Amino acid sequence: MHGPHLHACHDCDLLQREIPLPPGGKARCPRCGAILYRRNVNGLDRTLAYSMGAAVLFIIANAFPIVGLAAAGHHTSTTLLGTVRMLWHGDMISVAGLVFTTTILMPGLEIAAFLYMLLPLKLGWVPQGLPAVFRIVHAVRPWGMVEVFMLGTLVALTKLAHLASVEPGVALFSFGALMFLVAAAAASFDTGALWERVEQLR
Amino acid sequence: MNVSAVRLGYLSCHACGLLHRHSGPAHGLFCTRCGAALHARKQDSVARAWALLIAAYVLIVPANVLPVMVSGSLFGSEKDTIMSGVVYLWNDGSWPLAMILFIASIAVPFSKLGAMTFLLVSVQRRSTLAPEQRTRLYRVLEFVGRWSMIDIYVAAILTALVQFGGLMSIQAGPGAIAFGAVVVLTMFAAETFDPRLIWDPVESHGR
Repeated sequence: MHGPHLHACHDCDLLQREIPLPPGGKARCPRCGAILYRRNVNGLDRTLAYSMGAAVLFIIANAFPIVGLAAAGHHTSTTLLGTVRMLWHGDMISVAGLVFTTTILMPGLEIAAFLYMLLPLKLGWVPQGLPAVFRIVHAVRPWGMVEVFMLGTLVALTKLAHLASVEPGVALFSFGALMFLVAAAAASFDTGALWERVEQLR
Repeated sequence: MNVSAVRLGYLSCHACGLLHRHSGPAHGLFCTRCGAALHARKQDSVARAWALLIAAYVLIVPANVLPVMVSGSLFGSEKDTIMSGVVYLWNDGSWPLAMILFIASIAVPFSKLGAMTFLLVSVQRRSTLAPEQRTRLYRVLEFVGRWSMIDIYVAAILTALVQFGGLMSIQAGPGAIAFGAVVVLTMFAAETFDPRLIWDPVESHGR
């Protein structure tokens, strides 16, 4: 029922023959210019490594304060979850939900899903429910906004800088690094290699 | 060979990309590899995208009129809308910040609404004009939408940090709810829109 050597462009549906790519290469649609697929060097291993690093940073980024503020003898600091709680108690329930979903839930889900799929595949077995987890990664991707949050935090800090003394927390730096690792994990994720690996192990 | 997959009887999985051969109407089919539901085109793409887009058009009004931030201090309280926040930063001399916020919270949401409307109208009129550029426009839309969230995060961080009792405190205002909804609705609208619809009339014109 499949056409293993054919590929349809996801943006314009042009049907074309799949060609083998050199390592590190990517195939573009000749009609609309979309990237069709890529062949990453050790794509799965890299995604796994980046995800493991991201998991550690994700925990640090959520456990420690992002930033502290001192003014007129008062001191406040906040963690990410503290920010969500503050919005929630200020009757901004939908905004609290939005911040929680885009900065904690979705990035956490994406990292967890990568680890759940790739760690067993590396060790030589196919994890249960892999197709469903794969679809979760696909659905979750647009909603993880760690990099946007990072920029937002920096803007907020710059606004505050002339008002009070700002103390960047451990979590701020963890977030900065997390942003790169999450992006690297997603960019090196080679779906073609994933299904090949699954096929091999079956 | 310059034909779409669907005309030759192929369906591609939107999640994993696997091609499937099928005959007859695609209904209740699932990808044999990853299990995602298969459709020739995203279901009711145009109608759903319109619904989300119209909701966004309605909400962008309160998002810009209502305050996104309410700051209280010893000298009374001050309400800031998105635009007044940008103007304040500009007059304050921090024009790089003012630029970032203007682009992310005003330029991007409004041009996104305009561009989505243009894409939907052009698809409904089965336009064959510049399909490549329209596809590129769609990809830009998909990419930039998320950056509008900056203002929400700024309001969130300020709310959590600036809590010095009666001395000074900041609360997120009702505008933030509407603005967050606009961002989410336009992101869903872009995700619901199927760029392959841009190319369908081009092909039936025999190009």
